[in-house]
Amino acid sequence: MPVEYMRTIREKYSKLGYTPYGWHQATEPPPWTPLAKPLSACRLGMMSTAGTYVAGQVAYYYKDDASHRVIPSDTPVEDLRFSHLTENYLPDTRRDPNCAFPMEPLRTLAAEGVIGGIADNFFSCMGAVYSKRRVEEELAPAMHAAFVAEGVDVAYLVPL
Amino acid sequence: MCLIARYLEERGIPTLCMGTALDIVKFGWPPRAVFMDFPLGHGGGPAFDPDRQLAIARQAMAAFESVQRPGEIVAVAQTWPGGHGWKEVAEDQSADDVRQPRDMTVRYQREEDRRLAEAAAGG
Repeated sequence: MPVEYMRTIREKYSKLGYTPYGWHQATEPPPWTPLAKPLSACRLGMMSTAGTYVAGQVAYYYKDDASHRVIPSDTPVEDLRFSHLTENYLPDTRRDPNCAFPMEPLRTLAAEGVIGGIADNFFSCMGAVYSKRRVEEELAPAMHAAFVAEGVDVAYLVPL
Repeated sequence: MCLIARYLEERGIPTLCMGTALDIVKFGWPPRAVFMDFPLGHGGGPAFDPDRQLAIARQAMAAFESVQRPGEIVAVAQTWPGGHGWKEVAEDQSADDVRQPRDMTVRYQREEDRRLAEAAAGG
């Protein structure tokens, strides 16, 4: 059985006196854009919500940080760093960034031709933003503009 | 993540979400998703297992073309290599809380990262 994260986290935070994270419940069916061409001809963008940054960039703060980082897709994985409210999920990915930021597998699939190519830049933000308004009014429009600027055909979103 | 996926998709960019928390992904109802029953923090796979990481990425990418029904969640056929013990840990209510303080302090993974960032900013 899959772990019941929402119940577990709500109960735990409630016991500790924390404000529970307010996951957004979608009530309308999702929008849909069909792929315009085969994946093997698509330029892939990728975004992680793991709080990824490159050594030399500013890291994240943990109270509703709605900023994002531009991660060049040829960055050596040993230069990737992670900064996220729930650091307890980070130990493995701090040792091997591919755990939550699948940089090397996507480069390999592009080289194989499974995907047409990867964007020059991938992106990351720190997902634990409690303000739905800030996600909708700041983060989502910024990510959209960033993906458009990269000329991507499809976007792969990977959580922490 | 699901909010952003829906926002992008609505504006003409096909998206695919990786998910390791099935209940959260269902709640957010993104256009296309894959679910892999792995601990949080492992949407790319287990550490230092490049073969499995590549297999996971390959299976996930296939969902861009195989998902034809909006909102469908496809299972990634991978089993966490360490058994099921991690699920008990994930649901353990008595475990110490390890969430960091929610404040405006920038939290670097390494102290040297702070020095590098400040030097880059001319600070």
